[in-house]
Amino acid sequence: MIMNSLYYQKKLSRNVGDKFFTSLSVFCALIAILPLIFVVTYILIKGGAQITPELFTLEPNPPGDDLDAGGINPALIGTLVITTIASIISIPVGVGGGIYLAEYSNGGPFSKFIRFGVNVLAGVPSIIAGVFIYALIVSTKILFGSMYSGLAGGMALSILMLPTVIKTTDEGLKLVPNELRYASLGIGASMYTTILKITLPTAFRSIATGVVLGIARAAGETAPLIFTALFSYYYIVGFEDLFYEMGSLAVLIYNFALEPYDAQNKLAWAASFILVISILTVNIFSRILAAFTEKTKRV
Amino acid sequence: MEEKLTLFKNRKRFGIEKNIDLIFKNTTLALSSLVAIVLFGIILVVFFQSFESFSRYGLNFLVTSEWNPVKDEYGAFTAIYGTLVTSLLSLLITIPLGVGTAIFITEDFVPKFFREIVGSFVELLAAIPSVVLGLWAIFVMEPFFREFFVFLHKFFGWLPLFSSEPAGRNSLLAIIILVVMLLPIVTSIARDSLNQVPKKLRNASYGIGASRWKTIFSVILPAALSGIMAGVLLALGRAMGETMAVTMIIGNSNAFSWSLLSPGYTISSMLANQFGEADGSQVSSLFYAAFVLMILSLVVNIFAQWLVKKFSLKY
Repeated sequence: MIMNSLYYQKKLSRNVGDKFFTSLSVFCALIAILPLIFVVTYILIKGGAQITPELFTLEPNPPGDDLDAGGINPALIGTLVITTIASIISIPVGVGGGIYLAEYSNGGPFSKFIRFGVNVLAGVPSIIAGVFIYALIVSTKILFGSMYSGLAGGMALSILMLPTVIKTTDEGLKLVPNELRYASLGIGASMYTTILKITLPTAFRSIATGVVLGIARAAGETAPLIFTALFSYYYIVGFEDLFYEMGSLAVLIYNFALEPYDAQNKLAWAASFILVISILTVNIFSRILAAFTEKTKRV
Repeated sequence: MEEKLTLFKNRKRFGIEKNIDLIFKNTTLALSSLVAIVLFGIILVVFFQSFESFSRYGLNFLVTSEWNPVKDEYGAFTAIYGTLVTSLLSLLITIPLGVGTAIFITEDFVPKFFREIVGSFVELLAAIPSVVLGLWAIFVMEPFFREFFVFLHKFFGWLPLFSSEPAGRNSLLAIIILVVMLLPIVTSIARDSLNQVPKKLRNASYGIGASRWKTIFSVILPAALSGIMAGVLLALGRAMGETMAVTMIIGNSNAFSWSLLSPGYTISSMLANQFGEADGSQVSSLFYAAFVLMILSLVVNIFAQWLVKKFSLKY
């Protein structure tokens, strides 16, 4: 009997309890991976079936005639244009702000306040960014009298991207070893030369990864666009189209998913396919890149 | 950080170089201040736009649920109630699921390879745009749960929560899609905090004869609690502000109902639905609702940050 107590006893309450909780945890993990599998499978099947060359070149037809939904060309180009505008605004501001936080500030109340503000801004609901731009730009017609416009949509998205860009720049620069800065100082470089020529290039890869992920995230955002950029069925042909309503993949999915017509719903699946495949590709690629960097790190 | 600054300051430099340096520094300073300006700008603009509605209805806006553009009567109670109920209930489901998954990823039940796959799957889920999840919810999830809702109503109809005939789009579907969206947030933050618990604690607990789950419950989870709590609060903020998927599946009805099986409303879905076509005092009332949403999520977020600072692990 005494010998037995040294062996693993299956029926002991602590062992039964451990088994129970372990299976519970495995069960949780199984449930947690189900949504991604289901979502991606359905998008591959339902969206993949709609992919034709015409999809990329045609305008969508207005809902109503249930014959042919057309393509998503304006929305695809619109998403590219709007995310580009958002990047043009938020990357310089975010990288500049991040440089100040990481390189110049010395942990004083101002930088603490800004870091706090960055976190708060990151938590602001995305639709509030749309409401803000609506009040500031759309309803005041401040942009040369245009109301809903691709430009306003890009500005709304840039508010959402800004915290991500600042945070990745700040954290990327903080990882650069101080020795590099001392070495630069030692050969007579000034602070701004050091930052532009030494620290920023060193941190480039981690900053770029974070920024690209931020752009991918912004490309799928819908809420800030539905009453800033609105939607358009027509081709984007020239620069002046920036000042008019502009379609985007995300808003196309929203509008057409709620249409009662099958043709429009199919178009929404096709747009989801393109959006999700691009976003997942960017995410997986940056993940692999990050893992690769981890392995080859020399510093 | 400070040391490196003084080193640069002590250098003797030419005027031009000094000026360029100063210009560069001040530019970055201005750019970082822009964050604060945008943040205050958002708060001020939304507040002033809502002022008309605020002065007319005062706090009554929060407790009445009349929303009638024809009679110009506005109250956001249904939307506020919907926001709170969907976000809190979805969180209630997500917490055990997310923490359980995080434990699975940080413990060694299965080889590392499989755990990493689970981890990346959950993180990739966070990358799926909310509008795509909404599309999926309409065409795949809703038909899948339809029978289950009928069953729920039939056997648990005596509970106020399930007292109405299941509608095609309802609050419960919104809660389920919110769980899908919150899961990555809770899981990844819980995983990070569990990973930060030093191995010494675990070994000490094993050393005095505690079993694996006794260790998890009595040593590791309490040590990681502050991080997990912060993650939960961030998820709550996200749930309250989540717009697209919820708007597409919740049914968008301003009629108040206790039942989760009837269509509901949240503040963000109300904004998404009505903002484009609103005019007159309806716009101001929508801004008021947006202001309420912003205050709710600001409070939750600031509390989360405070919690992280106050109780961050000190090992």
